[in-house]
Amino acid sequence: MSTTTEIDLANPAPAKPEKARPRRGLRANATLNFWLFTSPFLIGLIVFVFVPMGWSIYLSFFEARFTVSPSSFIGFDNYRAILDNPDFTGALVTFTVFAAFIVPTTWALSLGLALLVHRIRFMKAFFRSVFFLPTAVSYVAAALIWKMSIFNGVRFGMANTVIGWFGFENVAWLANPDPPWYWLVIVTLRLWLQAGFYMILFLAALQNIPAELYEAAAIDGAKPGWQTFRYITLPQLRATSTAVILLLLIAAYQAFDEFWNLLSKATWGQPPLVELYKTALGENQDYGQGSAGAVILTLLILVITLFQGKIMGFGRGEEAK
Amino acid sequence: MSALSNNNWSRRSLFRAAAGMAAAGTLAACGSNNGRSGGGSGDSLTQYFHAYGEAGTEQAIKRYAKAYKDANVTTQWITGSNFENKLFPALLTKNAPDVFEFHPQLQLVTSGQVADLSDIINPVKDDFNPADIASHTVDGKIYGVRMIDDPQFFYYRPSLFEKAKVEVPQTLEELIEAVNKLTTDKVKGAFLGNDITPVQNPLIWSAGADTLNAKNEIAYHTDAVAEGLGQLRKLFTSGNLLLDAPADWWDPSAFTQGLTAIQWCGMWAMPVIQKALGDDVGIFPFPKVGSAGKFSVTNGGWSMFVNAKGDNVDAAKEYVKWLWIDQKEYQEDWALSYGFHIPPRTSIAQSASKLKSGLPAEGVKLFSEYGHFDNIGWTQAMIASVNDVIANSVRKGGSPEAALDACDKKVNAELKKLFG
Repeated sequence: MSTTTEIDLANPAPAKPEKARPRRGLRANATLNFWLFTSPFLIGLIVFVFVPMGWSIYLSFFEARFTVSPSSFIGFDNYRAILDNPDFTGALVTFTVFAAFIVPTTWALSLGLALLVHRIRFMKAFFRSVFFLPTAVSYVAAALIWKMSIFNGVRFGMANTVIGWFGFENVAWLANPDPPWYWLVIVTLRLWLQAGFYMILFLAALQNIPAELYEAAAIDGAKPGWQTFRYITLPQLRATSTAVILLLLIAAYQAFDEFWNLLSKATWGQPPLVELYKTALGENQDYGQGSAGAVILTLLILVITLFQGKIMGFGRGEEAK
Repeated sequence: MSALSNNNWSRRSLFRAAAGMAAAGTLAACGSNNGRSGGGSGDSLTQYFHAYGEAGTEQAIKRYAKAYKDANVTTQWITGSNFENKLFPALLTKNAPDVFEFHPQLQLVTSGQVADLSDIINPVKDDFNPADIASHTVDGKIYGVRMIDDPQFFYYRPSLFEKAKVEVPQTLEELIEAVNKLTTDKVKGAFLGNDITPVQNPLIWSAGADTLNAKNEIAYHTDAVAEGLGQLRKLFTSGNLLLDAPADWWDPSAFTQGLTAIQWCGMWAMPVIQKALGDDVGIFPFPKVGSAGKFSVTNGGWSMFVNAKGDNVDAAKEYVKWLWIDQKEYQEDWALSYGFHIPPRTSIAQSASKLKSGLPAEGVKLFSEYGHFDNIGWTQAMIASVNDVIANSVRKGGSPEAALDACDKKVNAELKKLFG
């Protein structure tokens, strides 16, 4: 086949009518293929992401209670109102703290798991799957399991049974915010669901580190263990780490499901999205103020992402190596 | 190779384009064949119901709908504990239900979301409990048809009371004392719901206050209410309340399984409770709070509304009239065959033999003597503000005064929007 093509190329004259067609076809195909492949996604993106985003920005400047097609323009009043709402600003602070805690924890746990699975000599695929499996569970289903069977407040709840063996009193894990045991429930749930996925990312990166580096280090006298981890593995994982931290940070700000399902009618541990849900879709039905909050949150995530990218060099993975 | 594969690609892409069009065609066909227009019996209507816990309720609602000949009625049975969060946004969309159940709330009327049902209710108005008519009336127009009235009160186990030498509590202090005495290492003294909010209104009423006064001003912010919140806090921190139960307050499981000696629940659970515990069950109202206190019971319930912005307002009204005004047999079945509810129609309530004796009769007595009905001006946003009071002062231990002040701010903003 390739020979025919080469001959065609070498003898343009007789092949001209033959060749022109496929070439035109190629060009037409390329355009057609481009639109064929991208248009469903693009249309989806426009209809389900850009139009709602634009609509949301539009709504944020209107008095839009019980309606999404408002008529009364109120300028920045919604922004003023939502920034004046202690529940919303409190949620932003709470979640910066939550992110500051959950991001490093998940990062460390998933890296630890990846190192263990990477090192293991037998049943590697089994352990990889076992740790990855929770990723397939929905947040809502997991939250219900955590709430109703593991961390329920009755004496036969799993957590209460376990602490009972050591002579501790039953704990109301979620109902009583003092001491804030609810964080234990939320953090363990999030770790269980997320760690496996990021472990896979780290595993892939670990497998990409050239073995020669370790050999060279060994020849230079580096001790295996902490020293090679600190000076070879960790720097080599820098690009992956940056991506993982970025994804974790965004996930932390997008937290909704487990908080919504675990903390009912609480005023603590409310992520920004839960506050916005209450404002826009819940009892208040104030789509204008909810949209203003959404715009503020989007800007905040954007700033943090850019800032973090600047510090950690996101997109500069190659040089970082 | 490239030439050949190019031909290949072009053929493939043609196929793909054709397949895509076919798929689009199928989808378009789907649009008109949504399973609702099949019956051929006039209009298609959708109704929203929250998921009732009692066995057979979903089947019953669907059975009534099927018996209606003038329209094809589809039922959405909405599970989860946040029915309003699914209903409210749905009402703004094209897929809004034509008919839905909810509680009477003024914002639904002022925003033009519910239709005026006066013309179908007025002919039978006198047969309804006057309080139920009043709670659905704004400026002389009636906006919803009450299906069931649901009194909520405390259930208790007399045998456990006897063992602990406890009398039925008359005041909140006595309740706290009783709960402390009833608690053992196996059984907690009482269950007021996992987040304590089910008793927020009874606490206000039992303290001699109200949610709003007749002029639609804040009436819940009194010293007695603040004092009552402080007492509830004491109860919450005693360690003798059942908290984080796997099934929340509307489900009698915690009570029937012996996890608690007292539980706040509704009359709907009475058949299940009686079946599980036989005669070993009694009921009492929320006890008095403070020196000017009164007993109180929440007369909750559910009503049918018609979406005023729907495409089939007239057909929807016809359906509501047919089922919830004309079909007394179904209304009786709905109120008495699954859980126990008090029929809002006097004629049905009078013939309801199941409610005439024993514990159900006591429930009806509490309903009539101490019950507080819905106030249409007390809307979801205000209810949520008081939920926050319970969260901040009872569960978190903040000052009740500060929590009530914060609540006033939100409720006043809401009142201003509703009443100007």
